[in-house]
Amino acid sequence: MQTSWIPFIPPSASTLSGKVDALYFYLTGVTIFFVLLIWSVLTFFVIKYRRRSPHEIPRPVAGSHKLETLWSVIPFVIAMSMFAWGAQLYFQNSRPPQNAIEIYVVGKQWMWKIQHTTGQREINELHVPVGRRVKLIMTTEDVIHDFFIPAFRIKADVVPGRYTTQWFEATKPGTYHLFCAEYCGMNHSGMIGQVVVMEPTDFDNWLSGNTNQQSPAVAGQQLYQTLGCVSCHGASGEGGRGPALGGVFGKPVFLNNGQTIKADEAYIRESIVNPQAKLVNGFGPIMPTFQGQISEEQLVQILAFIKSLPAQGTQAETPAATATTTASPPARSASPEQDRQEVSKAKFL
Amino acid sequence: MKAMESFEAPTPARVNYLNVTYGLKSWLLTKDHKRIALLYLGSISFFFFIGGLYAMFIRLELLTPQGDLLQSTTYNKVFTQHGIIMVFFFLIPSIPATLGNFLVPMMIGAKDLAFPRINLLSWYIYMLGGIVTIYSLLAGGIDTGWTFYTPFSTTFSNSYVVAAGLGIFISGFSSILTGLNFIVTIHTMRAPGMTWFRLPLFIWSHYATSLVMILGTPVIAITILLLAFERIARIGIFDPAAGGDPVLFQHLFWFYSHPAVYIMVLPSMGVVSELIANFSRKNIFGYSFVAFSSLAIAVFGFLVWGHHLFVSGQSVYAGMIFSFLSFAVAIPSAIKVFNWTATLYKGSISFETPMLYALGFIGMFTIGGMTGLFLATLAVDVHVTDTYFIVAHFHYIMVGGAMFGYLGGLHYWWPKISGRMYPDGWGRFSALAIFVGFNLTFFPQFIAGYLGMPRRYHAYPPEFQIFNVLSTAGASILAVGYLIPAIYLIWSMRYGKIAAANPWNLPGLEWQTSSPPPTENFEITPIVTWEAYEFAPREETEVVGRFREERVEEV
Repeated sequence: MQTSWIPFIPPSASTLSGKVDALYFYLTGVTIFFVLLIWSVLTFFVIKYRRRSPHEIPRPVAGSHKLETLWSVIPFVIAMSMFAWGAQLYFQNSRPPQNAIEIYVVGKQWMWKIQHTTGQREINELHVPVGRRVKLIMTTEDVIHDFFIPAFRIKADVVPGRYTTQWFEATKPGTYHLFCAEYCGMNHSGMIGQVVVMEPTDFDNWLSGNTNQQSPAVAGQQLYQTLGCVSCHGASGEGGRGPALGGVFGKPVFLNNGQTIKADEAYIRESIVNPQAKLVNGFGPIMPTFQGQISEEQLVQILAFIKSLPAQGTQAETPAATATTTASPPARSASPEQDRQEVSKAKFL
Repeated sequence: MKAMESFEAPTPARVNYLNVTYGLKSWLLTKDHKRIALLYLGSISFFFFIGGLYAMFIRLELLTPQGDLLQSTTYNKVFTQHGIIMVFFFLIPSIPATLGNFLVPMMIGAKDLAFPRINLLSWYIYMLGGIVTIYSLLAGGIDTGWTFYTPFSTTFSNSYVVAAGLGIFISGFSSILTGLNFIVTIHTMRAPGMTWFRLPLFIWSHYATSLVMILGTPVIAITILLLAFERIARIGIFDPAAGGDPVLFQHLFWFYSHPAVYIMVLPSMGVVSELIANFSRKNIFGYSFVAFSSLAIAVFGFLVWGHHLFVSGQSVYAGMIFSFLSFAVAIPSAIKVFNWTATLYKGSISFETPMLYALGFIGMFTIGGMTGLFLATLAVDVHVTDTYFIVAHFHYIMVGGAMFGYLGGLHYWWPKISGRMYPDGWGRFSALAIFVGFNLTFFPQFIAGYLGMPRRYHAYPPEFQIFNVLSTAGASILAVGYLIPAIYLIWSMRYGKIAAANPWNLPGLEWQTSSPPPTENFEITPIVTWEAYEFAPREETEVVGRFREERVEEV
């Protein structure tokens, strides 16, 4: 929907924004209609039936079930049309699409820290390409924040102890506002930044111009070594005293209480900060908690490393190494692609 | 007919509830519901003044985008305290505790509320809660937002969260006791002949409000208690690091705080029903629909809290159910608006100050209600929640709705309460100033909100300045609009024209006794033989539409 000529509409720069605007115009139209209807009937009655002599007593008027039914049913039908339209759009958009570029977002009083899977890190800035789906995997070090991009008409709370996701596909190059929309303390209004939408070629250049930083998977691999994960889970996640990690992401895991759980971001995070919560079948409660010893950013890196581990028996080289050597954007790198599709299927909220 | 009989000349001051005894003690130990209503009137006016001062600082700060008047920590405290004071210490008690306290017994023909001592106790509890909250403000203030979201409020805020929470916790009991008192009174103390369907709609709306007060308020008490435990002892209810769930707090908080919106607006709807019927000398159109829509709002109001959590990470399916229920709860409100409008049809409409507020209420509540539909619509709410669109919407309900009803009611019953008339010219002027100021303050915020300006921002991008300048200009007019009635109402208590017992010439029971009424309200308990809003004999009823058999039960 082309809306740039309409006043009081923010820039429209995602595949969603035009759809939200269309619904907004419908709601505004209905609102203006009913407000004008009520106001004009009020004005008409108030003038026509104004008191003309101080002692006049009008005849009473009986109520009418017919009218009551009419003005209950018509608003209800209109309300249901709004409900259906809004719910359908919301539901559609709640499923993160397959083969989206994944970007990790960590909120922290009072800044946004962003990590691309290829290693680029940004603070209060998010660079994304036009025409590619981007999925944000978000968490926070402290309080609840909210990642809000008005030009894309998206917003989602970033909740401590959880990973929330939202996604978008930008349609127009430019620089747009990024706001924290959930009150988060002293410098809440300073927790703002910009989203830079670039043409795909510019974005690829931007990515390759910033390759000196470690990718989250490589940083995660180092943490995996230094925190001692390696001693129980094996150097490349082949397992030992602890369960194997290779290829586990997005797959069902059998727990020792007989349940099965999907190994998504939330489960892996919980297994690091609160290992006793859901033990894998056949393993004892021997892992210490890492609560308080590891930041959310580091958790995201370990997560990226675990995601990058191939299933046992298939690994030829460590995939983290692949990630560093390829400068190409992650959507094109071959090996994690399969995984990512699995993730998308597993993680439709 | 009834109204005509009681048309009488101003009576000289006799012994009434105001002059029956003198001295501070006679007020502080009174069991008279009318005196307790005045104690409340004084206290909530005080809190409104404090809350208004905070609003003034908010608007001054936002005049420029830089955030240069207050520091961000101060600004955060100012908007938090504006919210806490206005919601818990002004809006929630406003109509029920003042007009409701004064009028519920009078309108049903009773001598007092069922539990006069509990009524006085509820005022003391309210004051204790207020004093504890004021202490928290003076000691250093609170900066969590009036919504107290965890884990900010439990773990990160360095302000007086527990003290302010304690104040709200305490004052909640006053709300519960008032609700209890009203329900028992309405059930047991109606005058002979005052059947349920002869009750003025003000009583129906207070009955519905009381249900919400009794069923909802314990939940906020529990929530605040858990918050305090968590903050003091970190027991792991809301703190994820200790195994808790921060979003659980939002569910508990809104389980009360959404119905609390109806505590604020239902009594106001009751006032507007009175004003529309009485100032057009008409029976209310669709009496039973207006009465039952209040109960429907009270009941369905408990099922929609999840619409505050559409972006919180709550399940998509839960979001869809809450969205559906939020649309459903809009219907009873729409029914009320249509019935009020239809009541004016073939009426005899006069335009004294209270009626201006009532007409303003319908106009503003329509905007407030319709913009509520934007927020019930899932995909649109994602964009506008936590922006100024929300701020604009709830001020249209709180100020354009609750506040207009309160001021309309206060003017309408002022002759009965004080025994004096206020200057109507000033009244109309200030009603107009409030209407203009209010719209200028809050309408631009809808636009700023859709453009993406987040709420609770101390500094903001310069492109939003124009809307904030308009808002601040409107707020200045609004402030003047509020000051004028404060001055002339106080002035009129001494210098106003002596009011007749029934200055508006109305059939309601509260007008069938002297102004101000005697302590026992009625010298002889009235026997009710007429319907609510019966200005002309029922036999003269005009039936609209073809179905003649429908008519009788409605009138």
